[in-house]
Amino acid sequence: MILKHVLIVIGVLGGAMSASAGLVWLERRLLAVWQDRYGPNRVGPFGLLQVAADGIKMFFKEDWVPPFADKPVFILAPVLAMVTALLSFAVLPFAPGIVVADLNIGLLYFLAVVALGVFGIALGGWSSNNKYALIGAVRGVAQMLSYEVFMGLSLMGVVLIAGTFNLSEIVMAQKHMWNVVPQFPGFVLFTIAGFAETHRTPFDLPEAESELVAGYHTEYSGMKFGLFFVGEYLGVTMTSAMIVILFFGGWMGPFFPPIVWFLGKTFVFICFFILVRAALPRPRYDQLMGYAWKVLLPLSLLNLLVTGAFVVGGYI
Amino acid sequence: MITSATDSADKLMERFGGSVLKKQQAQDGTPTFWLHADSFKDALRYLKEQAEPPYSMLYDLTALDERRRKKEDGIPSYDFTVVYHLMSFERNEDLRIKVPLNGEYPALDSITSFWPAADWYEREIWDMFGITFTGHPSLRRILMPRSWKGHPLRKEHPARATEMGPFTMPLEDIIREEEALRFRPSDFGLSEGLEDTDFMFLNLGPQHPGTHGLLRIALQLDGEEIVDAIPEIGFHHRGAEKMGERQTWHTYIPYTDRIDYLGGVMNNLPYVLAVEKLAGITVPDRVNVIRILLCELFRAANHLVWLGTFVTDVGAMSPVFFTFNDREHIFEIITAITGGRMHPSWFRIGGVAQDLPAGWDTLVRRFLAYLPPRLKEYHTLIMGNSIFKARTKGVGAYTVKDAMNWGVTGPGLRACGYEWDLRKKRPYSGYDAFDFDIPTASKGDCYDRAVVRLEEIRQSLKIIEQCLNNMPEGPYKADHPLTTPPSKERTLKDIDTLIPHFLGVGWGPVIPKGEVCVPIEANKGLNSYYLVSEGDIHAYRVRIRTPSFPHLQMVPAITRGLLVPDLLAILGSIDYVLADLDR
Repeated sequence: MILKHVLIVIGVLGGAMSASAGLVWLERRLLAVWQDRYGPNRVGPFGLLQVAADGIKMFFKEDWVPPFADKPVFILAPVLAMVTALLSFAVLPFAPGIVVADLNIGLLYFLAVVALGVFGIALGGWSSNNKYALIGAVRGVAQMLSYEVFMGLSLMGVVLIAGTFNLSEIVMAQKHMWNVVPQFPGFVLFTIAGFAETHRTPFDLPEAESELVAGYHTEYSGMKFGLFFVGEYLGVTMTSAMIVILFFGGWMGPFFPPIVWFLGKTFVFICFFILVRAALPRPRYDQLMGYAWKVLLPLSLLNLLVTGAFVVGGYI
Repeated sequence: MITSATDSADKLMERFGGSVLKKQQAQDGTPTFWLHADSFKDALRYLKEQAEPPYSMLYDLTALDERRRKKEDGIPSYDFTVVYHLMSFERNEDLRIKVPLNGEYPALDSITSFWPAADWYEREIWDMFGITFTGHPSLRRILMPRSWKGHPLRKEHPARATEMGPFTMPLEDIIREEEALRFRPSDFGLSEGLEDTDFMFLNLGPQHPGTHGLLRIALQLDGEEIVDAIPEIGFHHRGAEKMGERQTWHTYIPYTDRIDYLGGVMNNLPYVLAVEKLAGITVPDRVNVIRILLCELFRAANHLVWLGTFVTDVGAMSPVFFTFNDREHIFEIITAITGGRMHPSWFRIGGVAQDLPAGWDTLVRRFLAYLPPRLKEYHTLIMGNSIFKARTKGVGAYTVKDAMNWGVTGPGLRACGYEWDLRKKRPYSGYDAFDFDIPTASKGDCYDRAVVRLEEIRQSLKIIEQCLNNMPEGPYKADHPLTTPPSKERTLKDIDTLIPHFLGVGWGPVIPKGEVCVPIEANKGLNSYYLVSEGDIHAYRVRIRTPSFPHLQMVPAITRGLLVPDLLAILGSIDYVLADLDR
């Protein structure tokens, strides 16, 4: 029993880390396809070893801490960015029984841990003592505050229908119908919030390279810089997995083993994340905030109200 | 209302009868008046504000060091002249006002009080010639480093390293140079804060992904809101005008390519047109059509690169790859015809370097079929995208009046709704034979500038198609002794052709004395070369008027009160390149 648990922990950790490494390659190749170019294709078959090459490069880069930076916080920030992203993998049910911690408040735990992710950005930007980094950090915090609010609310419809915060039970509750059907607005809202939470295009304002050079991680180099990236890709994987669990029936599906279904569905959403990055420009900071508070928050409240009415009325 | 444009300029100047020193016959036909330094300012103000119709744009403002010039008869001896080049859109006519000055470091009144565009131009003259403008709000160097000694365009300033002593950089110089780089808000006339707020000063550049090159903008920020923005330029200054004074008329052509480095041969055109006007060369029809073909190809290439980089500035990642791929298709044609890509230096005085190669038409035809569907795609992908619209509509808007006040020309002017294209209004190189439209928009914001440029690509394709279908037969060089290099057919049979050929190739053509300015509708706006010839193998003065200079000068005026991302959208939308800005 303990051995099984240890194996699951190692499997999830290793899987998440290698997925985020593989994502570096996948993103570059997919973007290249959509942008009429080749992408990395020199190192190993299909350029697959590019990840290793990048990793080696990052490890051997000078690990520079700017003399004007707040040193302990500067070092802590990338660690936070990665660890908080990893923590939420603990509650993800990959298949029946394959979950690190089957918490009965799994969803709340997920929301709480995701919110912690912003500390990596805020502290990284603050401790760098660089104006671009500071602006990036301020944007990151403001964005998190606005999108956090309706991210939670957009999921409450799912909770009402399933009657539980336990993620495995939420998956089981979708036996007859995936939540994406009754909770389509919830799905759209959560996906948008997920983009904002992971700071992916079009919500990449904290780094916004054409405006802020590299935003909150302007001063970072070497593996510390790499950790921010691993954190971002972990976030993408985790958000995709959450979309699958909450709205697309998790591991459920015919013929193939549950884990294959789960990973396959997650992969589709990861590709969607990359496609959006290839397609969209970036809104302005004030437009982004206005969109969250004036459009998305009322919509998620409305969704919750309607779902509640249906549940109380006994229609769902 | 105006029967004869030249007469009315004369009539206007009659008001200032006493102060008009002389009317000069310039070789380009632009009415040129010499005015006394005491009263030129009133005359300029009158011409701008009261003359009917007014000369609403300060097209160019430059100076000449006259001290080594062979003096003309009838003009009193003077050391410098400041040249004001005014443009009237309603009259479709220019006016040149010259103010002679005496003394080693003379001074003149500034006209910035009523002509905001004069600000940078006057700083440039101070920087380059050491002429002081009294009343200028902040007369400091603009192109040269703050610690530079001397004023480069003065004739006594060395033009090449061999004329100077060995270069050394002792420690105290290093310290001084580093000190000169320190950012002090007061140097830019910026206050450090209000009573209850401190401003944040952000150095955008010189190394920044959003500035497209070495450009620094000192931002005074309140949060992310821009209180003031002060551009600092000159990082890309290579002394192109000074080089024109020592390169021969012919060997200067490659330097022009590198002014607007996205424009390629488009830069050669105003230069060779100006030299041809001085030399009195008329080029054959085939030369005109070949030149137009290449210029329009480069216009399309420029606008495609601009579109891609502009959209990158507002955060979209992919379009830049698409448009650069499209540009490669254009370069395929350019390479086949000229052998070069970005800087073919392919136009010559009196013609072009070679005839078109066999099969050029197949390449052009293939390109004409390729690009329109791509443009349609960009319309959907970029122009139809709601985030792109939100970022660009209503951002960085200016009116026609502002545009003229600041010297904005080209697509930036047409985006405000003013239909004015030099190719239509003053057809050069035979543009009058072509059928094309002038695209305009109405609001003059970033989005409209994109609308105009996208449509201009289509119009360029239309012109290219007409070049393809109507390419005249004939020689690719004018039959004129000053055509450089001249045709070689007769040289081995005829001593009278051999001698000019030998001199023209070995020494360089001697272009007759005179003064011309030929503007063209370049990619980014009006581009012109104002050449002063003293009848030598090189120019006495080459003045390059580039569109990027006034366009960037305007940026602070339309940026105040906006957010940092808006500044990047505006910078992306006005289409400048740093080489065009700094020369």
